[in-house]
Amino acid sequence: MEMVIFFILAIVAVAAGVGVIAQRSAVRSALFLLLNFCSLAGLYLLLNAQFVALVQVIIYAGAVVVLFLFVTMLLGQERAEESPDLRRYQWIAGLLLGVLFLAGILWALIPIGTGLAPASAEWLHELVRSDNVRELGTALVTDFAIPFELASVVLLVAIIGAVVLAKKRLEG
Amino acid sequence: MVPPSFYLILSAILFALGAAGVLIRRNALVMFMSVEMMLNAVNLTLITYSRLLDNIEGQVFVLLVMAVAAAEVAVGLAIVVAYHRHKDSADVDEMDLLKW
Repeated sequence: MEMVIFFILAIVAVAAGVGVIAQRSAVRSALFLLLNFCSLAGLYLLLNAQFVALVQVIIYAGAVVVLFLFVTMLLGQERAEESPDLRRYQWIAGLLLGVLFLAGILWALIPIGTGLAPASAEWLHELVRSDNVRELGTALVTDFAIPFELASVVLLVAIIGAVVLAKKRLEG
Repeated sequence: MVPPSFYLILSAILFALGAAGVLIRRNALVMFMSVEMMLNAVNLTLITYSRLLDNIEGQVFVLLVMAVAAAEVAVGLAIVVAYHRHKDSADVDEMDLLKW
């Protein structure tokens, strides 16, 4: 089972990686990058690194890809070739995704509601019980306290640098 | 249990893809994305060894790599925006202001 999940995630990751470099449109590249990051988060879960998997989704899939998309669209770098039936296509895709989302929610909620999912509940229990986060937190504030603090300095410098680079030059 | 070598091979493939992206593409934004992919491949290697050696330190390094990667994206994209204001393009082949 683990092997099957690994191969699915690995194939998705590689295919998304190919997509990032093969797509002509920068927006599509960014979306493929999102897929790549998400499949890597799944692999981190397989490797029993739950906290890193969560951070991967929040920081990379959340912040970094959104930043890429913002800048891409701000600069007008998206060279999406628009087809005439784009609207209809979007409509169908939106409907399909909505139905899929609904099915996912139902699939997750109905077993809990009827109390008939011992397997998935056990899996969740195992996930919560493992003390990966506690271990990582202890390491971060004891052995690696100075690198941890230095990381915040790096981020502060990056914030200031980005603001200075992106602002318009002041007169006088 | 998946053999650790599989993870390492996958990581190598992803790193090679990212490197190829940096080499092939001329759009600065896509090049940054490829760099991010390479950083992620390294993270996968670190976590694989963290699991293999049963040692949490690999994951600490991954967190630090993520912090640096976020800083790199912020500054890099600010540079692209500043350059775009000058030349109205994000093509790295046209970035030759410092060339002599």
